[in-house]
This record gives sequence, C-alpha cells and structure tokens, in this order.
Amino acid sequence: MSIKLTDEMLSMLPDTRGHFGDYGGRFVSETLFDSLETLEREYLRLKKDPQFQAQFDKDLADYVGRPSPLYFAERLTKVVGGAQIWLKREDLNHTGAHKINNTIGQALLANFLGKKRVIAETGAGQHGVATATVCARLGLECHVFMGAEDVKRQSLNVFRMKLLGAQVHAVTSGTRTLKDAMNDAMRDWVTNVDDTFYIIGTVAGPHPYPLLVRDFQAVIGRETREQSLHQAGKLPDALVACVGGGSNAIGMFYPFLTDESVQLYGVEAGGLGIETGQHAAPLSAGRPGVLHGNRTYLMEDENGQISGTHSVSAGLDYPGVGPEHSWLKDIGRANYVSVTDEEALDGFRKLTRIEGIMPALETAHAVAYAMKLAAGMGPDEVVVINVSGRGDKDIHTVAQMDGIEL
Amino acid sequence: MSRIEGVLKSLKGQGRKALIPFITAGDPSPDQTVDLLHTLVEAGADIIELGVPFSDPMADGPVIQAACERALVHGTSLRQVLGMVRTFRETNTTTPIVLMGYLNPMEAMGTAVFADLAAESGVDGVLTVDLPPEEADEVAPLLTARNLDAIFLLAPTTSDERIRAISQHSSGYVYYVSFKGVTGASNINVEEVAGKVRHIHELTALPVAVGFGIRDAGTAAAVGRVSDGVIVGSVLVNTIAQHQTDPAQLKRALTDLLHPMREALDGLSS
Repeated sequence: MSIKLTDEMLSMLPDTRGHFGDYGGRFVSETLFDSLETLEREYLRLKKDPQFQAQFDKDLADYVGRPSPLYFAERLTKVVGGAQIWLKREDLNHTGAHKINNTIGQALLANFLGKKRVIAETGAGQHGVATATVCARLGLECHVFMGAEDVKRQSLNVFRMKLLGAQVHAVTSGTRTLKDAMNDAMRDWVTNVDDTFYIIGTVAGPHPYPLLVRDFQAVIGRETREQSLHQAGKLPDALVACVGGGSNAIGMFYPFLTDESVQLYGVEAGGLGIETGQHAAPLSAGRPGVLHGNRTYLMEDENGQISGTHSVSAGLDYPGVGPEHSWLKDIGRANYVSVTDEEALDGFRKLTRIEGIMPALETAHAVAYAMKLAAGMGPDEVVVINVSGRGDKDIHTVAQMDGIEL
Repeated sequence: MSRIEGVLKSLKGQGRKALIPFITAGDPSPDQTVDLLHTLVEAGADIIELGVPFSDPMADGPVIQAACERALVHGTSLRQVLGMVRTFRETNTTTPIVLMGYLNPMEAMGTAVFADLAAESGVDGVLTVDLPPEEADEVAPLLTARNLDAIFLLAPTTSDERIRAISQHSSGYVYYVSFKGVTGASNINVEEVAGKVRHIHELTALPVAVGFGIRDAGTAAAVGRVSDGVIVGSVLVNTIAQHQTDPAQLKRALTDLLHPMREALDGLSS
C-alpha cells in the first residue's frame, strides 16, 4: 500500500538517529561511535556550506565530466517495441561508473576533517577504483579491502587500483566477497580510527553513511529530471536501476520520490533463480535484520547467520541493501524485482549489439528488466535506465561464460 | 541481586579481582562446550563470557572469527548455545554466564523469545557487541524485566557524557575495551588503560571489567590492579584452535593458561 510522499516528510528522513522508518540506525561497536557522531555533525554542517557545495559541483563538472548525458536509445526502443527507452549515461563518468560521484564527495569530507589515510571496501572494484582515483588526486594514502574471490574475477580493476597507488588487501575470511571486505574495512577502521576516513561505497552501513552517500549520488536523479523534461518533454514514467547496496538506484530515485506518476524499479540479482536460493536479492527474498551497522533486509538463515550470495556480477553480490530501499519497499513507493544471471547476460549482449554501449554486468540487470517492462508500455511513455557503469571490467567474465579463453 | 552482582560484590569484599574468560560456544565442537565451561571454572573463572557464533563478527580479530567459523561448521545455533548453558547449570549454579555476541541471531530468534529462553536457561547477562544503548530501547527492557544484566561496552573513544549515559543503561558491570582495535590484537598500553579506568570509576559506581589484549599473568595483573576484573579471550580461543583434536590436552592447556593469571590476580590482594 503506497503512501503519498511530500518534501516535508522526506526532510525528516533519516531521523536524528539515522532511521528510515524501521530501518537504518547505528549498530556498531562502541569504539566507532565517536567518529560516526563527528562525521554526522561535520557533514550536516558542510551540507549547508556554500563553499563545500561549490567545490563538490565544480569537481563533478571538471573532473568527473558531469552532467552525464541522457540518451534516447532509438534502436533498442524499436527492437523492444513499447515505451521509449532512454539511458542515463553514468558509464561515461571518469573511471566509468557512478561510484565516483560519491568518492569525490567523501574525499572532500576527509580533507575537511584532516584525515590523511583512506580505506574502502569494494566488490566489483568500481568503488575501489573510484576511491583510489580521488586519493591519487588529493595525495591521500589509500587501502582497499576486496574479497579474495572478487580479486580473482576482477583482476583488471585490481591492477587499476594498484596503478593508482592504492594497496589492495585480499580478504580470505567468510565467503571471500563484498560482505567480508566490509567486515575487514570495519576492523581496520576501528584500529586506525584517529587518522583514517572510511569511504563506504554504497548507501548502507551505519548512520550517516546511507544519508551522505545518497546525497552525493542524488545528482544522477536531479540531472535526469531536468534532462527528461527538456529532451523527452515530460517526466519519465518509469526509472529502472540495479540494486546491490543500492547507491545508483537511490541516486536516481531520490529526486523523484514525490513525483507520484514516476514508477520506480530496483532490480536485484536473481542469480541462478530466486527459487534456487543462489541469488543476491534480499529485498525480493530476504527479511529484516542487522548487519554492517544498519537494520535492513538481509539474506540470512533461520538462525540469523548471514547467507552466502550468488551473482554473476561481483558488484551485486551482497546479502544486504541500503536501509532507505528497505523503507521504500515497505511503504510501497518503489518496486523491487529481480532478473537472473542469464537474463542479465542477455541484457548485456543486447545493449552492446543494438546500441554499441557495453554495460557493466550490474547495469545489465537493469537493462534486462527495463526491456521486459518497456515491452508492455505505450510509445508515448518514457523509461529511463540508469546505466550505472561500463562493461570493460566484465569482459573476462562474459568470455568465460561463453567458454572463450582471452 | 543478580548472580553477577553477587559474585562481584563478594570478590570486592575479599579485595579480589574477577577473572572472566571468554570462549566461543560450539568451538571446537558443540559437544565439548559444557565440559570446557567446567574446566574454566576449575581453573579459576569467576564469571564466563560465552560467545554466540556469528557469520560476520566485525568487532573481532582473526582468532575469534576463526572460532565462529569452526562453531558454524557444526551448525551451532543460538538455541543450542542456550541449551549448553542449561546443561552447565545442572551442576553449576554459582558461576555467572554472560552471552556475548551480535544482534542478528537474537533478532532472528525474536528478542522476547530470546530473553525468555536465556532467563530460563540460567544465563545471567547479555553483551551485544553491535548494539549501543541508543538502539537498545527494545531489547534492554526485555532483559531487565527477566533479571538479566544488560552489559554495554565503553571504549577509549567514549566521551564522559556517553560514559555516564551508557552506565545508566548497564547493570552487572561495564566492559571497557582497552584499545582501539579488534579482539586479539596486542597494542594494549597498560598505563593508558589505568588512567582511563580510574576516570570511569569516577563517573559510575558499576564494576569495570577490562578486555582486549590481556594474554598472560603480567597483563592480567597490571590491568587487574586498576579494574574490578579482567576478560581473557583470544589467547584462550587460540589455545582451543591449537588443541582442537585432543580434548584432554585442550583442558590441560586452558588450565595452564588461566592458573598463572588467577594467581597473579590473587597476588594483588595480599
């Protein structure tokens, strides 16, 4: 059951303790509390500081290359034969994904707080690369934690990070993927909390991270809103974005939350199929719990142990999701759906062959769902896909699935 | 008066310090845990912190993380851990047991169900690592209503204002984390700890137990001198890892580790 959201309601969220309804919060061990309170206080101050915002906007324009284009995918639209399909081209950002919007913002924060050492977790390596990039630019020491499994399947990004001067720590505990990388980043942070800034890559983690990452990514939706009105002559009828932790999706959705006519679709990784249990779709098939500092939908067993996840895409291979998405699901404002590995690969191939745009495998999930959605809509309707990243990093994975040795 | 409060009061009356060992339930296997609890008591434990295994123990170092993985291989669940406490209580009604773990397994069981079962099983206190008092307004009253002590952490980074607030939410004792880091690291600075614990004593009347970095008689005595108790975890868990295939040897090794600490702590009062 959907409720009508107003700007006033949104201005109250998260509340002063970082809650979006039942979700979010600050579930961390005591040592980190002080740092999180300082970060929250400083961020809320800088958010209103015109100088900070001007610097952020300038970096987004001159360094990232914003605004990113909104592109009408004419041939894909014809092939699908339904609604107009438009692409928000975050893949054209510097470093090839939306992740840089957030790392630019958090690195500015680190600078304002006088922290010289930066840590980050990464799944596919896009956030790790984006963090290593801003650290190189600002001369900050950079440590990236990455699951040993992901180090293997994303070797290109690992080398990119090293070229940028970052130290990459392969994490061998647990399932050796993104969740374990986040555990180790938290462990590093608690040990080096005095001089270290933790740049979290998604809208999860303890308050204020879900808030500040969303604010830095909301530029995606703000631009899309303006571009759609100008280029398509109307607001989009539907927005489609992939959801792992959910940063590109919340960045796209947030500026449209009060526009009731705009349908929001978050696409989770269905892996081998929801019914197999081999997936990474907590909103579609999980339940609320507490992990990594926040309450949110999780994939867990009946005893509250976090489940291993599966997705062809390392960036979506995470058992949790940002708390604001959990809230949007419960109030019915956004729809959360899933597509399988196979469907995502089909989306990857179609966008590549029909539009000459090779999306990241994460993004390919959104492409796959948007094609299904658009097919059932009319030619006057507008569907915008957030093309969160480019696919170069995934070429090895795609080749391997085709049985090709590169 | 709770069992924890009783034990700490009685120790204080004798001028003694509490020795509080920690092991992870289900490590190295669930059928050994109750036996190991008795071994800890015989070796001098006043209170035992029993770890509830969790798949993602963010505040713990590699040693306790590995213990969780060993316990989870055997499928050790919170329900089973409560069963272990129940069995322990059949022959020991004096040594308090504090469950130490992460929130998610308790939430998965249902916090009210957990509180009921914990009280029925003979648990005395609950320390949830990732549950600060700010988020505990649902769980803490459930514990208190069943005469279970809610134990919270204090850290080197905790402000005076928070020390006061956290102490108000706590009962039994407060757990002071001796350094910035994860369990099992060795960067304890005894002088710094002494200064901070003295300061905490000025802000709360609750007993202060200190954990993280206590690994032998020397560190136990140094920390025991300024606190009401010392918590010993990773060094014991490491011993469990080393002797996991030989239960008899394991018991001897744990006893050999705890004995000198017990003696060193008792040496402080004479």
